[in-house]
Amino acid sequence: MARRYDSRTTIFSPEGRLYQIEYAMEAISHAGTVLGVLAKDGVVLAAEKKVTGKLLDLSSAKMEACSLVPDQRVPFRNVIGGVAGLTADANSLVNYARTAAQRHLLSYNEDIPVELLAQRMCDMKQGYTQFGGLRPFGVSLLYAGYDPHYKFQLYHSDPSGNYSGWKATCIGANNGTAQSLLKQEYKDDIEVKDAIGLVLRTMSKTMDSTTLGSEKLEFAVLTLDPATHQPKAKIYRPAEIDALLVSEGLTKKDEDAEMKTA
Amino acid sequence: METSFALTGKGYLIMAADTTSARSIVKMKVDEDKIKTLSPHLLMAYSGEPGDTIQFAEYVERNIRLYQIRNLYALRPAAAASWIRRAVAESLRSRKPYSVNLLLGGYDTATDDPHLYWVDYLGTMAEVPFAAHGYGSYFALSLLDRYHDPDATLEEGLATLKRCIDEVSKRLVVSPGAYKIKVVDKDGVREVEL
Repeated sequence: MARRYDSRTTIFSPEGRLYQIEYAMEAISHAGTVLGVLAKDGVVLAAEKKVTGKLLDLSSAKMEACSLVPDQRVPFRNVIGGVAGLTADANSLVNYARTAAQRHLLSYNEDIPVELLAQRMCDMKQGYTQFGGLRPFGVSLLYAGYDPHYKFQLYHSDPSGNYSGWKATCIGANNGTAQSLLKQEYKDDIEVKDAIGLVLRTMSKTMDSTTLGSEKLEFAVLTLDPATHQPKAKIYRPAEIDALLVSEGLTKKDEDAEMKTA
Repeated sequence: METSFALTGKGYLIMAADTTSARSIVKMKVDEDKIKTLSPHLLMAYSGEPGDTIQFAEYVERNIRLYQIRNLYALRPAAAASWIRRAVAESLRSRKPYSVNLLLGGYDTATDDPHLYWVDYLGTMAEVPFAAHGYGSYFALSLLDRYHDPDATLEEGLATLKRCIDEVSKRLVVSPGAYKIKVVDKDGVREVEL
């Protein structure tokens, strides 16, 4: 009888809670960390990649692996997303996001405004808390995007269908630690080049492993292309991530000696 | 007969439409406003089949307003024009299409420049520096081609418009008596007199 209010997503408990939604959020807080920082001239996203084994072939699924893995996708030209939670659910949500973005493009011939995309996603997620289904999406998303209305933006959405805008935030494992670190270090007029350092430093302190390398990390930056003044997402290749870590002085401990100070 | 003009300039857009409402050979009304303000920085001049025009313009007006209420900011001129063009194109392929020609002019507050779109009842859309619809267009377009200057001041722009209106009055057999002229710039929409 204790589990009376657990089984359906849409039934309130006597304390007024929706347990399935809370369980979904709990699942996310065990997933790999995703971290986003909004800068004056761009947005930086980093994600922890949980590699389950050496034998896993990463060539076919560069951005995705097994059950609880965050990743970074490109829903559309002006938005990049980081996901934490169940990857299979995330795939379905990313697909929905891309459809929503393309639908907006078809109607209005412009890139979808970032907040509108977050709203579209949350409309669907909220549906599972009210109309039901088998379970809600076990996914939290970070949307890093640009639109001409509000320039660079960073949003977070969770399984309850809530979304919020952030200057810097973190989802997934150890998100509390990361957020308090970000709160201490974030400056309002931060620029992308400093935000990259902030993200990597916070990531290295938050992640359980002692070493930080491209095999455990995904990294992306959204900036304005200086030539076209259009948003441009750069998702770093493994080699570029390692180079970045070296320049930020965050590579493996044993290399400390031969490493130059950044 | 129905005539509308629009032209862009440095940081503004002028739109003018005649104010006659006619049925057959009879003028029924001489103070009809055929330019709707769709959003704080967007104007739409409509002409065509009477009835269709008002019905369609109100449909567009309400939908643009709905977007603004939902999202707390207005559609940019380019996005609004694309949506409106699609509305025309979808209507064209329905059982009873709207027969409306449009001029859409707006000021994009995000990029600080004016935009003008010429749309006809077939759903053709073109972004243009100046445009005209109706019988007046046969006289005005050549003048606009000769005198239009994208960097002209508002006074110069209005002078060019006056040339067009005067030429239409002089040459067109069924020339309209009066025009309503509206300007949109960074401060929004306002009506002006020549």
